[in-house]
Amino acid sequence: MAEHKILATTGNSVVAEAMRQCKPNVMAAYPITPQTTIVEEFAGFVAKGKTDCEYVTVESEHSAMSACIGASAAGARVMTATSSQGLALMWEELHIAAGMRLPIVMANANRALSAPINIHCDHSDIMGARDTGWVTYFAETAQEAYDNTIMAVRVAEHPDVMLPVMSTLDGFITTHSIDRVDVMDDTSVGGFVGDYEPKNPLLDTDTPTLHGSFSGLGGPFFEFKRQQREAMENARAVIKQVGDEYAELSGRPFDVIQTWGMEDAETAIVVLGSTAGNARHVARDLRAKGQKVGVVKVRVWRPFPYAELAAALKGLKAVAVLDRAESFGAEGGPLFLEVRGALYDLEQRVPVVGYIYGLGGADVKLELMERVYRDLSDIAAGGAAPGSLVYLGAREEA
Amino acid sequence: MTWDISGMGEWTYKQFPPGAVIPAGGNSDDYITGGWRSERPWRDDEKCTQCLLCWIVCPDTSIHVADEKVTTFDLDHCKGCGICAQICPVGAIEMVPEGCDLPEVK
Repeated sequence: MAEHKILATTGNSVVAEAMRQCKPNVMAAYPITPQTTIVEEFAGFVAKGKTDCEYVTVESEHSAMSACIGASAAGARVMTATSSQGLALMWEELHIAAGMRLPIVMANANRALSAPINIHCDHSDIMGARDTGWVTYFAETAQEAYDNTIMAVRVAEHPDVMLPVMSTLDGFITTHSIDRVDVMDDTSVGGFVGDYEPKNPLLDTDTPTLHGSFSGLGGPFFEFKRQQREAMENARAVIKQVGDEYAELSGRPFDVIQTWGMEDAETAIVVLGSTAGNARHVARDLRAKGQKVGVVKVRVWRPFPYAELAAALKGLKAVAVLDRAESFGAEGGPLFLEVRGALYDLEQRVPVVGYIYGLGGADVKLELMERVYRDLSDIAAGGAAPGSLVYLGAREEA
Repeated sequence: MTWDISGMGEWTYKQFPPGAVIPAGGNSDDYITGGWRSERPWRDDEKCTQCLLCWIVCPDTSIHVADEKVTTFDLDHCKGCGICAQICPVGAIEMVPEGCDLPEVK
Protein backbone atom coordinates (compact mmCIF):
# COMPACT_ATOMS: atom_id res chain seq x y z
CA MET A 1 0.00 0.00 0.00
CA ALA A 2 1.11 3.49 -0.85
CA GLU A 3 1.57 6.38 1.57
CA HIS A 4 -1.53 8.50 1.34
CA LYS A 5 -3.42 11.46 2.72
CA ILE A 6 -7.11 12.33 2.86
CA LEU A 7 -8.07 15.65 1.32
CA ALA A 8 -11.30 17.61 1.13
CA THR A 9 -11.06 18.82 -2.43
CA THR A 10 -12.69 18.96 -5.87
CA GLY A 11 -12.61 16.54 -8.78
CA ASN A 12 -10.75 19.00 -10.97
CA SER A 13 -8.15 19.63 -8.29
CA VAL A 14 -7.33 15.94 -7.87
CA VAL A 15 -7.26 15.35 -11.63
CA ALA A 16 -4.63 18.12 -11.87
CA GLU A 17 -2.80 16.49 -8.96
CA ALA A 18 -2.95 13.05 -10.62
CA MET A 19 -1.57 14.53 -13.83
CA ARG A 20 1.33 16.19 -11.98
CA GLN A 21 2.10 12.90 -10.24
CA CYS A 22 2.16 11.05 -13.58
CA LYS A 23 4.88 13.42 -14.85
CA PRO A 24 3.75 14.40 -18.33
CA ASN A 25 6.44 15.92 -20.56
CA VAL A 26 3.98 18.11 -22.46
CA MET A 27 0.56 19.57 -21.79
CA ALA A 28 -1.19 21.66 -24.46
CA ALA A 29 -4.53 22.96 -23.23
CA TYR A 30 -7.21 25.58 -23.54
CA PRO A 31 -9.57 26.55 -20.73
CA ILE A 32 -13.29 25.81 -20.89
CA THR A 33 -15.96 25.65 -18.19
CA PRO A 34 -16.16 23.41 -16.17
CA GLN A 35 -12.74 21.97 -16.97
CA THR A 36 -10.79 25.22 -16.53
CA THR A 37 -9.52 24.63 -13.01
CA ILE A 38 -7.73 21.43 -14.12
CA VAL A 39 -5.45 23.23 -16.57
CA GLU A 40 -5.33 26.33 -14.33
CA GLU A 41 -4.06 24.33 -11.35
CA PHE A 42 -1.65 22.45 -13.59
CA ALA A 43 -0.33 25.78 -14.93
CA GLY A 44 0.20 26.71 -11.28
CA PHE A 45 2.35 23.60 -10.78
CA VAL A 46 4.42 24.63 -13.82
CA ALA A 47 4.81 28.21 -12.53
CA LYS A 48 5.89 26.97 -9.08
CA GLY A 49 8.37 24.50 -10.55
CA LYS A 50 6.48 21.49 -9.19
CA THR A 51 6.67 19.80 -12.60
CA ASP A 52 9.11 20.11 -15.49
CA CYS A 53 6.27 19.65 -17.97
CA GLU A 54 6.34 21.85 -21.08
CA TYR A 55 3.05 23.74 -20.92
CA VAL A 56 1.81 24.97 -24.30
CA THR A 57 -0.88 27.64 -24.32
CA VAL A 58 -2.84 27.43 -27.55
CA GLU A 59 -5.63 29.45 -29.16
CA SER A 60 -8.25 26.68 -29.35
CA GLU A 61 -8.95 23.04 -28.52
CA HIS A 62 -8.37 22.17 -32.17
CA SER A 63 -4.81 23.41 -31.68
CA ALA A 64 -4.54 21.86 -28.21
CA MET A 65 -5.12 18.34 -29.49
CA SER A 66 -3.01 19.02 -32.61
CA ALA A 67 -0.09 20.06 -30.39
CA CYS A 68 -0.67 16.99 -28.19
CA ILE A 69 -0.52 14.74 -31.26
CA GLY A 70 2.75 16.30 -32.43
CA ALA A 71 4.31 16.07 -28.98
CA SER A 72 3.18 12.47 -28.51
CA ALA A 73 4.57 11.43 -31.90
CA ALA A 74 7.81 13.16 -30.89
CA GLY A 75 7.98 10.75 -27.95
CA ALA A 76 6.60 12.74 -25.02
CA ARG A 77 4.12 11.65 -22.36
CA VAL A 78 1.26 14.04 -23.14
CA MET A 79 -1.85 15.11 -21.26
CA THR A 80 -4.62 17.63 -21.68
CA ALA A 81 -8.15 18.34 -20.53
CA THR A 82 -11.29 19.74 -22.11
CA SER A 83 -15.08 19.81 -22.02
CA SER A 84 -18.18 20.19 -24.18
CA GLN A 85 -17.63 22.57 -27.15
CA GLY A 86 -13.90 22.11 -26.66
CA LEU A 87 -14.16 18.35 -27.06
CA ALA A 88 -16.40 18.92 -30.09
CA LEU A 89 -13.78 21.24 -31.61
CA MET A 90 -11.17 18.50 -31.11
CA TRP A 91 -13.29 15.97 -32.95
CA GLU A 92 -11.15 15.44 -36.03
CA GLU A 93 -7.95 15.26 -33.95
CA LEU A 94 -9.52 12.69 -31.62
CA HIS A 95 -9.70 10.29 -34.57
CA ILE A 96 -6.16 11.19 -35.62
CA ALA A 97 -4.71 10.61 -32.13
CA ALA A 98 -6.31 7.15 -32.02
CA GLY A 99 -5.43 6.28 -35.63
CA MET A 100 -1.79 7.26 -35.06
CA ARG A 101 -1.87 5.13 -31.88
CA LEU A 102 -0.67 7.93 -29.60
CA PRO A 103 -1.12 7.27 -25.86
CA ILE A 104 -2.39 10.75 -24.95
CA VAL A 105 -4.34 11.01 -21.68
CA MET A 106 -7.13 13.59 -21.52
CA ALA A 107 -9.61 14.52 -18.83
CA ASN A 108 -13.08 15.59 -19.92
CA ALA A 109 -15.50 17.50 -17.73
CA ASN A 110 -18.77 16.14 -19.09
CA ARG A 111 -21.01 19.01 -20.17
CA ALA A 112 -23.94 19.68 -22.50
CA LEU A 113 -23.43 20.87 -26.06
CA SER A 114 -25.13 23.96 -27.49
CA ALA A 115 -27.80 24.92 -28.51
CA PRO A 116 -29.30 26.37 -26.39
CA ILE A 117 -26.09 27.46 -24.66
CA ASN A 118 -25.62 25.52 -21.43
CA ILE A 119 -22.59 24.93 -19.26
CA HIS A 120 -23.92 22.18 -16.99
CA CYS A 121 -23.52 18.44 -16.81
CA ASP A 122 -24.70 15.90 -19.30
CA HIS A 123 -22.92 13.34 -21.46
CA SER A 124 -23.64 14.79 -24.92
CA ASP A 125 -20.02 15.82 -25.44
CA ILE A 126 -18.47 12.48 -24.54
CA MET A 127 -21.08 10.50 -26.48
CA GLY A 128 -20.21 12.62 -29.52
CA ALA A 129 -16.66 11.29 -29.14
CA ARG A 130 -17.89 7.72 -28.70
CA ASP A 131 -16.59 6.35 -31.98
CA THR A 132 -13.28 8.21 -32.13
CA GLY A 133 -11.27 5.23 -30.89
CA TRP A 134 -10.42 6.50 -27.38
CA VAL A 135 -10.53 4.22 -24.34
CA THR A 136 -13.00 6.00 -22.03
CA TYR A 137 -13.46 5.91 -18.26
CA PHE A 138 -16.36 7.46 -16.32
CA ALA A 139 -15.96 8.63 -12.73
CA GLU A 140 -18.77 8.72 -10.20
CA THR A 141 -16.72 10.66 -7.64
CA ALA A 142 -13.62 12.82 -7.38
CA GLN A 143 -11.85 9.73 -5.99
CA GLU A 144 -12.65 7.73 -9.12
CA ALA A 145 -11.57 10.66 -11.32
CA TYR A 146 -8.19 10.65 -9.54
CA ASP A 147 -7.84 6.86 -9.76
CA ASN A 148 -9.00 6.62 -13.40
CA THR A 149 -6.56 9.33 -14.51
CA ILE A 150 -3.58 7.46 -13.04
CA MET A 151 -4.69 4.09 -14.44
CA ALA A 152 -5.30 5.75 -17.83
CA VAL A 153 -1.56 6.39 -18.24
CA ARG A 154 -0.68 2.72 -17.81
CA VAL A 155 -3.47 1.55 -20.13
CA ALA A 156 -2.65 4.10 -22.85
CA GLU A 157 1.07 3.30 -22.90
CA HIS A 158 0.71 -0.49 -22.66
CA PRO A 159 2.37 -2.03 -25.74
CA ASP A 160 -0.73 -4.15 -26.44
CA VAL A 161 -2.94 -1.05 -26.42
CA MET A 162 -1.18 2.19 -27.47
CA LEU A 163 -4.40 4.17 -27.67
CA PRO A 164 -5.41 7.54 -26.26
CA VAL A 165 -7.49 7.40 -23.09
CA MET A 166 -10.14 9.76 -21.73
CA SER A 167 -10.78 10.09 -18.01
CA THR A 168 -14.18 11.75 -17.68
CA LEU A 169 -15.94 13.32 -14.71
CA ASP A 170 -19.33 15.00 -14.50
CA GLY A 171 -19.23 18.76 -14.99
CA PHE A 172 -19.73 20.79 -11.78
CA ILE A 173 -21.22 17.80 -9.89
CA THR A 174 -17.84 16.04 -9.72
CA THR A 175 -15.49 18.71 -11.08
CA HIS A 176 -16.44 21.42 -8.58
CA SER A 177 -18.04 19.81 -5.51
CA ILE A 178 -15.83 19.30 -2.46
CA ASP A 179 -15.39 15.58 -1.95
CA ARG A 180 -13.32 13.28 0.26
CA VAL A 181 -10.35 12.05 -1.72
CA ASP A 182 -7.56 9.70 -0.77
CA VAL A 183 -4.44 10.91 -2.58
CA MET A 184 -1.29 8.80 -2.79
CA ASP A 185 2.29 10.02 -2.47
CA ASP A 186 4.27 11.11 -5.54
CA THR A 187 6.76 8.24 -5.34
CA SER A 188 4.07 5.55 -5.31
CA VAL A 189 2.21 7.07 -8.27
CA GLY A 190 5.46 7.71 -10.16
CA GLY A 191 6.53 4.10 -9.59
CA PHE A 192 3.13 2.80 -10.65
CA VAL A 193 3.02 4.64 -13.97
CA GLY A 194 6.77 4.31 -14.67
CA ASP A 195 8.53 6.08 -17.53
CA TYR A 196 7.15 6.21 -21.05
CA GLU A 197 9.42 4.54 -23.58
CA PRO A 198 8.14 5.50 -27.03
CA LYS A 199 8.75 2.98 -29.78
CA ASN A 200 9.24 5.31 -32.74
CA PRO A 201 9.86 8.83 -31.39
CA LEU A 202 10.16 11.49 -34.07
CA LEU A 203 12.90 13.19 -32.05
CA ASP A 204 15.18 10.16 -32.40
CA THR A 205 17.15 11.62 -35.29
CA ASP A 206 19.45 8.58 -35.47
CA THR A 207 16.44 6.47 -36.47
CA PRO A 208 14.29 8.67 -38.66
CA THR A 209 10.64 7.64 -38.81
CA LEU A 210 7.50 9.05 -40.38
CA HIS A 211 4.22 9.51 -38.51
CA GLY A 212 0.93 10.43 -40.14
CA SER A 213 1.53 8.65 -43.44
CA PHE A 214 -0.91 8.34 -46.32
CA SER A 215 -2.82 5.11 -46.85
CA GLY A 216 -5.26 5.67 -49.67
CA LEU A 217 -5.33 4.61 -53.31
CA GLY A 218 -5.70 0.93 -52.41
CA GLY A 219 -3.32 1.18 -49.42
CA PRO A 220 -3.87 -0.76 -46.20
CA PHE A 221 -6.23 1.76 -44.48
CA PHE A 222 -8.68 -1.05 -43.75
CA GLU A 223 -5.92 -3.12 -42.11
CA PHE A 224 -4.97 -0.18 -39.87
CA LYS A 225 -8.57 0.05 -38.64
CA ARG A 226 -8.44 -3.70 -37.97
CA GLN A 227 -5.36 -3.04 -35.79
CA GLN A 228 -7.27 -0.39 -33.84
CA ARG A 229 -10.10 -2.84 -33.21
CA GLU A 230 -7.57 -5.36 -31.87
CA ALA A 231 -5.90 -2.73 -29.68
CA MET A 232 -9.28 -1.78 -28.19
CA GLU A 233 -10.08 -5.46 -27.57
CA ASN A 234 -6.63 -5.89 -25.94
CA ALA A 235 -7.49 -2.96 -23.69
CA ARG A 236 -10.14 -5.11 -21.94
CA ALA A 237 -7.53 -7.33 -20.28
CA VAL A 238 -5.05 -4.50 -19.75
CA ILE A 239 -7.66 -2.32 -18.00
CA LYS A 240 -8.41 -5.19 -15.60
CA GLN A 241 -4.75 -6.02 -14.99
CA VAL A 242 -3.86 -2.37 -14.36
CA GLY A 243 -6.99 -2.08 -12.17
CA ASP A 244 -5.88 -5.07 -10.08
CA GLU A 245 -2.39 -3.65 -9.60
CA TYR A 246 -3.87 -0.28 -8.74
CA ALA A 247 -6.22 -1.86 -6.21
CA GLU A 248 -3.22 -3.44 -4.50
CA LEU A 249 -1.41 -0.10 -4.37
CA SER A 250 -4.36 2.06 -3.36
CA GLY A 251 -6.53 -0.37 -1.41
CA ARG A 252 -9.49 0.55 -3.62
CA PRO A 253 -10.97 -2.32 -5.66
CA PHE A 254 -11.57 -1.70 -9.36
CA ASP A 255 -13.77 -3.29 -11.98
CA VAL A 256 -15.12 -2.14 -15.33
CA ILE A 257 -18.62 -2.24 -13.85
CA GLN A 258 -19.51 -1.76 -10.22
CA THR A 259 -22.54 -3.64 -8.91
CA TRP A 260 -24.57 -2.90 -5.81
CA GLY A 261 -27.22 -5.29 -4.48
CA MET A 262 -27.02 -7.45 -7.60
CA GLU A 263 -26.59 -10.77 -5.72
CA ASP A 264 -30.38 -11.21 -5.47
CA ALA A 265 -31.79 -8.17 -7.28
CA GLU A 266 -34.93 -8.57 -9.40
CA THR A 267 -34.73 -5.12 -10.97
CA ALA A 268 -31.83 -2.76 -11.53
CA ILE A 269 -30.76 0.64 -12.79
CA VAL A 270 -27.77 0.86 -15.14
CA VAL A 271 -26.06 4.25 -15.11
CA LEU A 272 -22.85 6.17 -15.91
CA GLY A 273 -21.09 8.72 -13.72
CA SER A 274 -22.24 10.73 -10.72
CA THR A 275 -25.91 9.65 -10.83
CA ALA A 276 -24.88 6.18 -9.61
CA GLY A 277 -24.79 7.66 -6.11
CA ASN A 278 -28.39 8.91 -6.35
CA ALA A 279 -29.51 5.50 -7.61
CA ARG A 280 -27.69 3.64 -4.80
CA HIS A 281 -29.12 5.99 -2.17
CA VAL A 282 -32.70 5.25 -3.27
CA ALA A 283 -31.95 1.55 -3.78
CA ARG A 284 -30.69 1.35 -0.18
CA ASP A 285 -33.97 2.84 1.12
CA LEU A 286 -36.03 0.47 -1.02
CA ARG A 287 -33.97 -2.51 0.15
CA ALA A 288 -34.73 -1.52 3.73
CA LYS A 289 -38.39 -1.82 2.75
CA GLY A 290 -37.77 -5.31 1.38
CA GLN A 291 -37.57 -4.54 -2.35
CA LYS A 292 -34.91 -6.51 -4.25
CA VAL A 293 -33.37 -3.69 -6.28
CA GLY A 294 -29.83 -3.16 -7.53
CA VAL A 295 -27.55 -0.69 -9.29
CA VAL A 296 -24.98 -1.33 -12.00
CA LYS A 297 -22.52 1.48 -12.64
CA VAL A 298 -20.53 1.37 -15.87
CA ARG A 299 -17.04 2.69 -15.13
CA VAL A 300 -15.38 1.86 -18.46
CA TRP A 301 -17.44 2.98 -21.44
CA ARG A 302 -14.98 2.04 -24.18
CA PRO A 303 -14.22 -0.83 -24.60
CA PHE A 304 -17.83 -1.47 -23.56
CA PRO A 305 -18.11 -4.24 -20.91
CA TYR A 306 -20.97 -6.11 -22.61
CA ALA A 307 -20.04 -9.56 -21.22
CA GLU A 308 -19.83 -8.24 -17.65
CA LEU A 309 -23.19 -6.47 -18.05
CA ALA A 310 -24.88 -9.55 -19.48
CA ALA A 311 -23.60 -11.58 -16.51
CA ALA A 312 -24.77 -8.96 -13.99
CA LEU A 313 -28.24 -8.45 -15.52
CA LYS A 314 -29.00 -12.05 -16.49
CA GLY A 315 -32.32 -13.32 -15.15
CA LEU A 316 -33.59 -9.92 -13.98
CA LYS A 317 -37.30 -9.12 -14.27
CA ALA A 318 -36.73 -5.57 -15.49
CA VAL A 319 -33.82 -3.22 -16.13
CA ALA A 320 -33.78 0.58 -16.49
CA VAL A 321 -30.99 2.30 -18.39
CA LEU A 322 -30.41 5.97 -17.61
CA ASP A 323 -28.89 8.09 -20.37
CA ARG A 324 -27.63 11.62 -19.79
CA ALA A 325 -27.36 12.13 -23.56
CA GLU A 326 -29.72 11.94 -26.52
CA SER A 327 -29.33 10.06 -29.77
CA PHE A 328 -32.22 11.71 -31.56
CA GLY A 329 -34.08 9.29 -33.78
CA ALA A 330 -32.53 6.21 -32.18
CA GLU A 331 -34.63 3.90 -30.05
CA GLY A 332 -33.00 5.30 -26.91
CA GLY A 333 -29.85 6.92 -25.57
CA PRO A 334 -26.36 5.54 -26.29
CA LEU A 335 -26.09 3.51 -23.06
CA PHE A 336 -29.59 2.05 -23.57
CA LEU A 337 -28.64 0.81 -27.04
CA GLU A 338 -25.42 -0.77 -25.74
CA VAL A 339 -27.10 -2.49 -22.81
CA ARG A 340 -29.91 -3.86 -24.98
CA GLY A 341 -27.26 -5.16 -27.38
CA ALA A 342 -25.32 -6.75 -24.51
CA LEU A 343 -28.43 -8.64 -23.36
CA TYR A 344 -29.56 -9.85 -26.80
CA ASP A 345 -27.71 -13.18 -26.65
CA LEU A 346 -29.17 -14.18 -23.29
CA GLU A 347 -31.54 -17.12 -23.57
CA GLN A 348 -34.11 -15.51 -21.33
CA ARG A 349 -35.21 -12.06 -22.49
CA VAL A 350 -34.66 -9.26 -19.97
CA PRO A 351 -37.10 -6.33 -20.37
CA VAL A 352 -35.11 -3.10 -20.70
CA VAL A 353 -36.57 0.38 -20.53
CA GLY A 354 -34.68 3.56 -21.44
CA TYR A 355 -34.78 6.92 -19.69
CA ILE A 356 -33.27 10.21 -20.80
CA TYR A 357 -32.47 12.32 -17.73
CA GLY A 358 -30.52 15.33 -16.50
CA LEU A 359 -29.83 16.99 -19.84
CA GLY A 360 -28.11 20.36 -19.43
CA GLY A 361 -27.71 19.76 -15.73
CA ALA A 362 -31.42 19.17 -15.00
CA ASP A 363 -31.65 18.09 -11.35
CA VAL A 364 -31.48 14.35 -10.70
CA LYS A 365 -33.82 14.27 -7.72
CA LEU A 366 -34.27 11.21 -5.58
CA GLU A 367 -37.99 11.13 -6.50
CA LEU A 368 -36.93 10.50 -10.07
CA MET A 369 -34.93 7.45 -9.03
CA GLU A 370 -37.91 6.29 -6.96
CA ARG A 371 -40.14 6.67 -10.01
CA VAL A 372 -37.78 4.52 -12.10
CA TYR A 373 -37.76 1.73 -9.49
CA ARG A 374 -41.57 2.00 -9.31
CA ASP A 375 -41.80 1.55 -13.11
CA LEU A 376 -39.46 -1.44 -12.87
CA SER A 377 -41.52 -2.96 -10.08
CA ASP A 378 -44.68 -2.61 -12.25
CA ILE A 379 -42.97 -4.27 -15.23
CA ALA A 380 -41.65 -7.06 -13.00
CA ALA A 381 -45.22 -7.65 -11.78
CA GLY A 382 -46.40 -8.08 -15.37
CA GLY A 383 -47.40 -4.47 -16.05
CA ALA A 384 -46.73 -2.62 -19.29
CA ALA A 385 -43.46 -0.80 -19.83
CA PRO A 386 -43.88 3.00 -19.83
CA GLY A 387 -42.97 3.17 -23.54
CA SER A 388 -39.50 2.49 -24.86
CA LEU A 389 -38.18 5.92 -23.88
CA VAL A 390 -39.07 8.26 -21.03
CA TYR A 391 -37.89 11.86 -20.55
CA LEU A 392 -37.38 11.48 -16.83
CA GLY A 393 -38.41 14.64 -14.98
CA ALA A 394 -39.13 16.80 -18.03
CA ARG A 395 -42.29 18.90 -17.66
CA GLU A 396 -44.90 17.31 -19.90
CA GLU A 397 -48.63 17.71 -20.65
CA ALA A 398 -50.69 15.82 -18.11
CA MET B 1 17.45 1.01 -40.45
CA THR B 2 16.18 -0.52 -43.64
CA TRP B 3 12.56 -1.54 -43.81
CA ASP B 4 11.81 -4.69 -45.76
CA ILE B 5 8.48 -4.12 -47.50
CA SER B 6 8.72 -7.04 -49.93
CA GLY B 7 5.32 -8.64 -50.36
CA MET B 8 3.53 -5.71 -48.67
CA GLY B 9 0.58 -6.16 -51.00
CA GLU B 10 -0.12 -9.49 -49.25
CA TRP B 11 0.57 -8.37 -45.66
CA THR B 12 -2.15 -9.02 -43.09
CA TYR B 13 -3.14 -6.34 -40.57
CA LYS B 14 -0.67 -7.84 -38.08
CA GLN B 15 2.33 -7.09 -40.30
CA PHE B 16 1.92 -3.32 -40.66
CA PRO B 17 3.62 -1.04 -38.08
CA PRO B 18 0.86 0.23 -35.75
CA GLY B 19 -0.35 3.75 -36.41
CA ALA B 20 0.87 3.62 -40.03
CA VAL B 21 4.33 4.65 -38.81
CA ILE B 22 7.06 4.27 -41.40
CA PRO B 23 9.92 3.01 -39.23
CA ALA B 24 12.81 4.00 -41.50
CA GLY B 25 13.98 7.05 -43.41
CA GLY B 26 14.96 7.73 -47.03
CA ASN B 27 12.39 5.43 -48.61
CA SER B 28 10.00 7.89 -50.23
CA ASP B 29 11.94 7.27 -53.45
CA ASP B 30 10.39 3.78 -53.50
CA TYR B 31 6.88 5.22 -53.68
CA ILE B 32 6.05 5.88 -57.32
CA THR B 33 3.77 8.92 -57.54
CA GLY B 34 4.25 9.80 -61.21
CA GLY B 35 0.90 8.23 -62.01
CA TRP B 36 -0.91 11.17 -60.36
CA ARG B 37 0.25 13.42 -63.23
CA SER B 38 -2.07 14.70 -65.95
CA GLU B 39 0.59 16.83 -67.73
CA ARG B 40 4.26 16.12 -68.11
CA PRO B 41 7.09 18.63 -68.57
CA TRP B 42 8.97 18.70 -71.85
CA ARG B 43 12.26 20.58 -72.19
CA ASP B 44 13.72 22.12 -75.33
CA ASP B 45 17.47 21.55 -74.97
CA GLU B 46 18.29 24.23 -77.58
CA LYS B 47 16.42 26.99 -75.70
CA CYS B 48 17.63 25.85 -72.25
CA THR B 49 20.46 28.04 -70.85
CA GLN B 50 21.17 25.61 -67.97
CA CYS B 51 20.39 28.26 -65.36
CA LEU B 52 19.07 25.42 -63.11
CA LEU B 53 16.16 27.50 -61.75
CA CYS B 54 13.86 24.52 -62.48
CA TRP B 55 16.10 22.29 -60.38
CA ILE B 56 15.95 24.81 -57.53
CA VAL B 57 12.17 25.17 -57.49
CA CYS B 58 10.97 21.61 -58.23
CA PRO B 59 9.07 20.56 -55.08
CA ASP B 60 9.59 16.87 -55.83
CA THR B 61 13.31 16.96 -56.67
CA SER B 62 12.35 15.51 -60.04
CA ILE B 63 14.85 17.44 -62.20
CA HIS B 64 17.90 15.25 -62.76
CA VAL B 65 21.16 17.12 -63.04
CA ALA B 66 24.60 15.80 -63.96
CA ASP B 67 27.77 17.88 -64.35
CA GLU B 68 25.75 21.02 -63.53
CA LYS B 69 23.42 20.39 -66.48
CA VAL B 70 19.77 19.36 -66.56
CA THR B 71 19.54 15.90 -68.06
CA THR B 72 16.05 14.36 -67.66
CA PHE B 73 12.89 14.62 -65.58
CA ASP B 74 12.22 11.93 -62.95
CA LEU B 75 8.82 10.93 -64.30
CA ASP B 76 8.38 8.30 -61.55
CA HIS B 77 7.94 11.16 -59.07
CA CYS B 78 7.08 14.31 -61.08
CA LYS B 79 3.40 15.11 -60.37
CA GLY B 80 3.10 17.57 -63.25
CA CYS B 81 2.67 20.72 -61.14
CA GLY B 82 4.25 22.90 -63.86
CA ILE B 83 6.34 25.11 -61.55
CA CYS B 84 9.42 24.37 -63.66
CA ALA B 85 7.64 25.59 -66.82
CA GLN B 86 6.45 28.74 -64.99
CA ILE B 87 9.88 29.64 -63.62
CA CYS B 88 11.87 28.98 -66.80
CA PRO B 89 13.07 32.46 -67.96
CA VAL B 90 13.52 31.41 -71.59
CA GLY B 91 10.35 29.31 -72.05
CA ALA B 92 12.31 26.11 -72.59
CA ILE B 93 9.87 23.93 -70.63
CA GLU B 94 6.36 23.17 -71.83
CA MET B 95 3.65 21.16 -70.08
CA VAL B 96 2.30 18.51 -72.42
CA PRO B 97 -0.90 16.54 -71.71
CA GLU B 98 -0.26 12.91 -70.79
CA GLY B 99 -1.25 10.53 -73.54
CA CYS B 100 -0.32 12.99 -76.35
CA ASP B 101 2.68 12.65 -78.60
CA LEU B 102 5.64 14.63 -77.36
CA PRO B 103 6.63 17.65 -79.49
CA GLU B 104 9.34 16.78 -81.95
CA VAL B 105 12.77 17.44 -80.57
CA LYS B 106 14.29 20.33 -82.53
